[in-house]
Amino acid sequence: MSAAPPSLQGNRACALGAIAAGCRFFAGYPITPSSEIAETMSRELPRVGGVFIQMEDEIGSLAAAIGASLGGVKAMTATSGPGFSLMQEHLGYAALTEVPCVIIDVMRGGPSTGMPTRPAQGDLMQARWGTHGDHPIVALAPASVQEIYSETIRAFNLAERLRTPVVVLFDEVVAHLLESVTLPAPGSIVVAERKWAKGDERDFHPFAETDDLIPPMARPGDGLRVHTTGLTHTADGFPTQQPALAGRAVQRLVDKIERHRDEIERFETVNTEDADFVIVAVGIVARAARRAVPDLRAEGVKAGLLRPITLWPFPERAMRAAAARARRVLVAEMNAGQLALEVERLAGAPAKVARLNRIDGEPIAPAEIVAKIRELAANA
Amino acid sequence: MHDVASPPFEIKDYLRLAMMPHFMCSGCGHGVALRALLWAVHELQIDKNKLAVVSGIGCSGRVGAYIDANTFHTTHGRPLAFATGLKLARPDLTVVVITGDGDCLAIGGNHLIHACRRNLDLTCLMLNNEVYGMTGGQVSPTTAIGRLTTTTPDGNVEPAFDACALAEAAGASFVGREVTRQTPALKNVIKAAIAHKGFAFVEALSDCVEIYGRKNDLGESPEMLLSQKSAMRPAKPGAADGESFRPHRLREGILVERERPEYGEVCRARSARAAAGEKR
Repeated sequence: MSAAPPSLQGNRACALGAIAAGCRFFAGYPITPSSEIAETMSRELPRVGGVFIQMEDEIGSLAAAIGASLGGVKAMTATSGPGFSLMQEHLGYAALTEVPCVIIDVMRGGPSTGMPTRPAQGDLMQARWGTHGDHPIVALAPASVQEIYSETIRAFNLAERLRTPVVVLFDEVVAHLLESVTLPAPGSIVVAERKWAKGDERDFHPFAETDDLIPPMARPGDGLRVHTTGLTHTADGFPTQQPALAGRAVQRLVDKIERHRDEIERFETVNTEDADFVIVAVGIVARAARRAVPDLRAEGVKAGLLRPITLWPFPERAMRAAAARARRVLVAEMNAGQLALEVERLAGAPAKVARLNRIDGEPIAPAEIVAKIRELAANA
Repeated sequence: MHDVASPPFEIKDYLRLAMMPHFMCSGCGHGVALRALLWAVHELQIDKNKLAVVSGIGCSGRVGAYIDANTFHTTHGRPLAFATGLKLARPDLTVVVITGDGDCLAIGGNHLIHACRRNLDLTCLMLNNEVYGMTGGQVSPTTAIGRLTTTTPDGNVEPAFDACALAEAAGASFVGREVTRQTPALKNVIKAAIAHKGFAFVEALSDCVEIYGRKNDLGESPEMLLSQKSAMRPAKPGAADGESFRPHRLREGILVERERPEYGEVCRARSARAAAGEKR
């Protein structure tokens, strides 16, 4: 790879982060505003011995990525809202079959074709509940180009370690920002590898309930010859409809993510220790909020920011703690109110939570957040 | 190929016996197709550890689980897309896709034509029983005109696909068709398909006695099997060429065998050039 340029575009940083994390397979379908990720991958992956393929649609893209991962190669896809909708079935497949993979969703205005070139944060709940059935999900929400790079690496590490699909969500603003980035020196990046099953085990159970709830994975060709199915299955990998076994199989998936919550959770706080007004935001809106906090403090309003970097599972304890001390909580987001639902659940009293939303394809400016907090302070 | 040296074919050597009894109805042709596939695998002396079977959803999709190999039961219509990723990641594996007429031609039709176009080294075995059996007998893209199904109570009015003609037109470098009635012939077509370098499409005409045959008064399994053969004509093009839709006569045997660049090799060569820093 050539020497790192002083500044990088968010989408390009995502692709380079993936390769640094060991991604060697990318399958995707062109879609604005994520296409630069595929374009970068198409150029860089062959140079490191990886495979890039442009599939016939987003359904096939995630299927191919899962197929490659089943073969033992770290794999990902990248898309935007409409494509993410098409990927939901395979997000569920990867969750149930516990296949590591990374799905990048660069969020644009929706619903439907919406506003392809305008930013939004309308897929936060789709990432959580978009696929049918009860399933755990890990979703990360970087807010800068630097963080897109590091969080994409973390997404791979979590996916491989926990045997789970990981979604990385960022809005079009961050995707297309050009920012200075410090790339870590080669060799200094911590890269997690999958736990592989040994090839000589008798009566190997590919979905056994291990202590850490993460069963080792069988690599095709290593001699274990296991069955992988999207049907609810028991520890041996074969389908079951027995209530006790089926219930436990799905519950283990949910428990697995909960068990490793401390490893998965990541968030940033700014002045929440004494904040009367806590702003909750992700992505580019969080950066507007970070700017609004000192402006508000300068005029005597004790504001703070809680920025989930891991969006799902949501940083519940941090949210509860920040909300407990605050007079009001403001959820600022580029949608009609999605994160607010989660914050209302955790804030103690839903009435404590105020909302600031934009769904017109424009980001939320720091001044809008300042004005909204002033209004809350005046009425508090 | 290796026929002389190989020990006699014992299907039990290739099955997960713990999975028995199987779920297939009496008279269903899918078990025969499974036998033909495993027979071909045996004659080609493919290491079970290096065999990956990828299937979709439906009766055909369930067949893979009985094979003592690396088996992947994926989603409806998408096994070819999963297999594409798997084969590109692991060119050392022999990847066989088992799919059905609904899985492959309806919900998965887009993946089929693009898999044919790319010519990645996969074998796609489509078990055509002309009906959605698993869901109770609805019309499929290969149901003949006039047939009764649970969603065509007055008879099917939609023309059927000629899957082999579709695969050929889309660029598959190997296309073959056989009936389950002639298991050795089906085995030979599957064997040639797996041995072929590139995308190989094989249509196995199966029969659904319980759900489709009974509703259409096609008799029991023996009668349905006999009618399979009478619906066939040799691979050599004949007078009935224009008749592409069932129940008009279909061609059987190896229909297409041609050399085209294999996608995986093309990818790896491109990668090697890129790694060496060669300019385009």
